Amino acid sequence: MKKKVLIMPALMAFMTMILSGCQPLMVFDTKGPNAKTLSNTIILSIIVMAFILLVVYVLFVFMLSKYRASKQPSGYEPPHEEGSTKLEVTWTVIPIIIVTVLSIVTIFTTSKVEHQQTGYENKKPLVIYASSSDWKWHFSYPEQGIETVNYVNIPTDRPIEFRLYSFGPITSFWIPQLAGQKYAMSDMVTKIHLAADQEGSYMGRNSNFNGKEFAQMEFETQAMSQADFDKWAKEVKANEPKLTEAKFKKLLKTSVVGRESFSSTHLSFSPAPEMDMSKHSGESNKKDSHNMDNMDGMEGMDMSK
Amino acid sequence: MSMDELFAPMKEPMILGAAISIVVGAVAIVAGLTYFKKWGWLYKNWLTTVDHKKIGVMYILVALVMLFRGGIDALLMRAQTAVPENGLLNAEHYNEIFTTHGLIMIIFMAMPFIIGLMNVVVPLQIGARDVAFPRLNALSFWLFAVGAGLLNISFIIGGSPNAGWSAYFPLASTEFSPGVGNNYYAWSLQISGLGTLMTGINFITTIMKMRAPGMKLMKMPMFTWSALITNVIITFAFPVLTVALAMMTLDRQFGTKFFAMQDGGMDMLWANLFWVWGHPEVYIVILPAFGIFSEVISTFSRKNLFGYKSMVMSMVVISLLSFMVWVHHFYTMGHGVMVNGIFSITTMLIAVPTGVKIFNWLLTMRHGKITFTTPMLWALAFVPIFTIGGVTGVMLAMASADYQYHNTLFLVAHFHYVLIPGTVFGVLAGYHFWWPKIFGFRLNEKLGKSAFWFIVVGFNVAFFPLFILGLDGYARRMYTYSADTGYGPLSMVSFIGALAMAVGFALICYNIYYSFRHSPRETTGDPWDARSLEWATQSPVPEYNFAIVPKINQLDEFWYAKKEGRDITAGKYERIHMPNNSGAPLWMSGVMFLFSLFFVFSEWTLVIVFAIATLGFMAYRSFENDEGHYIEVAEIEATERRLRGEK
Repeated sequence: MKKKVLIMPALMAFMTMILSGCQPLMVFDTKGPNAKTLSNTIILSIIVMAFILLVVYVLFVFMLSKYRASKQPSGYEPPHEEGSTKLEVTWTVIPIIIVTVLSIVTIFTTSKVEHQQTGYENKKPLVIYASSSDWKWHFSYPEQGIETVNYVNIPTDRPIEFRLYSFGPITSFWIPQLAGQKYAMSDMVTKIHLAADQEGSYMGRNSNFNGKEFAQMEFETQAMSQADFDKWAKEVKANEPKLTEAKFKKLLKTSVVGRESFSSTHLSFSPAPEMDMSKHSGESNKKDSHNMDNMDGMEGMDMSK
Repeated sequence: MSMDELFAPMKEPMILGAAISIVVGAVAIVAGLTYFKKWGWLYKNWLTTVDHKKIGVMYILVALVMLFRGGIDALLMRAQTAVPENGLLNAEHYNEIFTTHGLIMIIFMAMPFIIGLMNVVVPLQIGARDVAFPRLNALSFWLFAVGAGLLNISFIIGGSPNAGWSAYFPLASTEFSPGVGNNYYAWSLQISGLGTLMTGINFITTIMKMRAPGMKLMKMPMFTWSALITNVIITFAFPVLTVALAMMTLDRQFGTKFFAMQDGGMDMLWANLFWVWGHPEVYIVILPAFGIFSEVISTFSRKNLFGYKSMVMSMVVISLLSFMVWVHHFYTMGHGVMVNGIFSITTMLIAVPTGVKIFNWLLTMRHGKITFTTPMLWALAFVPIFTIGGVTGVMLAMASADYQYHNTLFLVAHFHYVLIPGTVFGVLAGYHFWWPKIFGFRLNEKLGKSAFWFIVVGFNVAFFPLFILGLDGYARRMYTYSADTGYGPLSMVSFIGALAMAVGFALICYNIYYSFRHSPRETTGDPWDARSLEWATQSPVPEYNFAIVPKINQLDEFWYAKKEGRDITAGKYERIHMPNNSGAPLWMSGVMFLFSLFFVFSEWTLVIVFAIATLGFMAYRSFENDEGHYIEVAEIEATERRLRGEK
C-alpha cells in the first residue's frame, strides 16, 4: 500500500520533468514583459504549492505506514483524541500567512499586467482594435488606417494596447507567449497591454467556446521590427482594397475566412462599443448613440478615407 | 415543429444507434416486468414509496445510470481528441457531448448520488423514523428523475444543448443557438432544481427537528453536519438558478432581452447569475463527501474524528465563502485590479478551512489502527489526489496567473482533480460503506479493490497530462487540433487513462451482481464495527428504522455503548406511526415532464393543458386526508426476530 501510494506522485513529478524538459511549455516560453510577469507568478506559485504538497504527502505516508493495523499489537485499542488547539491553530495560521503572501503577489502582478508594460513606460502605445465575429478576428489599426483579418502584425519595440470587443458571443483573446487572455464582449471594450521583446510568430486564439468552428479560431501574431512593420503597413495601405460597409457586413456573415487585409478600418461606420457602462440603461439602441469623440486613442484615425 | 425536425438528430448514425439501444432496452424491461408479473410489486414497493431509504436507493440507481451516460460522453471526447484532426465526432456532436457531460455529471450524477446517500443515511444517523416531509421527498426524487429524463431524450428528439454546461449568453440565445437544445437545458434544470430545493428544505427541517433525544447539534455525526450545511447552501443558491433559468426561458422563447447583445441586454449578467448559483453548487457536491470521508476515516482508524469542532467550523466557513467567490470564473472579463484582487483573496481563503480538514483527517489516523477496506481506500486516495486539486485551485485563484489558465485544459484538469477525488471517491466510499446497511450484505472486497486501482491510476493518467497541455496553450472544448501543436501524444495518454477508468467502473457494476450472488448475508447490522447510530439498527433497515428510538449522551454514542456493553436500543416495543405510500408524486412529476417537454417545443395548447393538470394535482392534494398507518407491536417483534437471523 505504502509503495503504491508513492508511485503516483513520483510518476507525476517524472512526467512533468520530462515533458517540460523537452521544450518549454507555451505559457513559460515568454516573449514579452506581460507574459514574463505571469510566468514568474505561476512558477512562484508552483514552488509554494509543491512545498504544501510535500508536507501533506510526508504526513500521509507516515500515518499510513506507522498506524496500519498490521503494525499494531493485536490487543491495541486506539485512544480517544479530542483534537489539539495548538495544532489546529498552527494549520490555520500557516495557510493564512501563505494566502496573504500570495494575495499580495496577485494584486501586485495583476496591476502590473493591467498597465503599460515594464520597460516601455515612455513610449506611446500602438492601439489595435481586435474584434471577433463568428469564428474570425478583425484587427483595426486606427493609427495606420488599415485592417486585417485572422492575423496581426506588431512592432517589437513599442507597447501595444489591444482593445477588444465582439460582434457575437463572448470570446477570449489570448496570445499565450505575449500576455494572458481577456474577454471580448458585445457591449463593452476591454483592454490588453502587451509588448513583444523578440521578433517571431506567435500563436493567438480565442479560448472561450463560441460555437461550431471554435476550434479553428486561431490567428497568427507576427512581431517584427518597427521598420518592417511600417513598411508592411504602408504596403497594405497602398495595395489592399478599402473595407466598405457592404463588404464588412458580408464579411461578418461569413463563418470562416482566411487572412484578409484592407486599406481602411470598420471603425468609422461600425464603431466599438463604449467603455462607459452607465450608458447601458435608458437607451433603446446604444449602437446608434456612440459618439466617436468620446473614444480616446482614436486621434490618429483617418476618418476621411 | 415537424416530425422531420423532431427526429433530425437521428440522422447521425451514432445517435441512431444510441436511440435504438434505448428503445430495445426499454422494451426488454417492460417485457421482463410483464412476464414476471412484477408491475404491481414495482408500483407498490418502489414507485409510490415514501420511505426515505428506498427513495435514496432510487436516487443512487439513477445516479449510477447517469454516471455511465456521462462516462460514455467522456470516453467519446477523449477518443475524439486522442489524435490530431480526428473525424470520430463532428464539431456539432462534440459540442453537444461536452455540454451534456458537464450537466449530467454535476446535476444528474454527483448531486443525486449525494442526495441519495443523504436520504438513506441522515435519518438513521439522527435516530429518526423518516424525513420531515416524506411525500415531498418522493416528489423531489421524481422531479429530479423526470428532469434527468428530459435532458436525456434531448439527444434523440429535437437536439441537445450545445452551448457548454454554463450556457453563456449570447451564445445560448436563439440567435446563435437556434433549435430546442437550450430550451431542454433550461427546463431539465428548472424541474430537477425545484426538486433539489424541496430536498434542501426537507432535510434542514429533518435535521433541526427530528434528532433522537439527547442529540445536541454538536453531538451529530459529521456526515449529518455536512448534510445540514449543504442543504442550507441549496436553499440559498437554488432560487438564483430558478430565476436565472426563468429569464433564460423568457429570452429564448418569448423574445425578452435580459442577456441579449442589443437593446440593453447584458451578456455577463447571465454569467454572474449562473456562477452565483454555480460556485456554491461545487460545495453542494463536495461538502457531503467531506462528511463521508470523516465517517469512513474515523471508522477504519478505530478512532474518533480529530478536531470535531474545527471540522464543523471549517464547513460553516466554506459555506459562507462559497457565496463570495463567483467572480473568479471570469477574472478575464476586464474588471479592475480591485475587483479581481478581492475575489482572489476570498477564493484563496477557502484553502484555509479545507487545509484544516485535510490535516484533521491525517491526525485522525495518528495512533489509530488503520484497516484498508474498500471504503477506506477511496477515502485514503482522496487525500493526496484532492490536495493536488486544491493547490492548483489556489494557483487558479491568483487573478493574474488565471489570465493564462482561464478556459484551458489546466482548468479542466483542476476541477476534475477536485470533483473526482472529492465527490466521486466520496460517494464511492459512502456507497461501499453503507451498502451492507441498505441491502444486508457486503460488496466483494477483492472486486472493489481492483476497481479502485483501475480508477485511481486511470484517473491520474487521464487528467494529469491535461495540466501540462493547458500550460502549453490547449484551450478547453476544442473538438480537434492540428498535429503541429504537439498535443497529440499527451492526449493519447489521457485517452488510455480514460479507458482504464471505464474498466474500473465496469468492475463496480459487476461487483453488484457478483456480491448479490455470492456474499454472505449480514445479521449483525454492524459489519464494520462502526461508530454512528445508523449501525445500531438492523440491516437491511426495517421500514420504521428503529424499533426503539435510541437516547444519546455523546458523540459516537453507539461506539461507546458497544465498548461498555450497553444496548442503546433496548426497551419495550410500542406501535409505530408511519406515512402511507402515495402515487401522487410519481404522476404529478409525469405531468410536469409533459408540461416541460411541450414547453421546450413551444406547443402552447398542450402546455396550458398540462399546466392546469399540475395545478389540479396540487388542489386535489390539498383536500386529501391521509392519516398514515400504524405498525403493530407483533409485526415489529416478528421483523426484528427475522432480521436478527432468528427463526
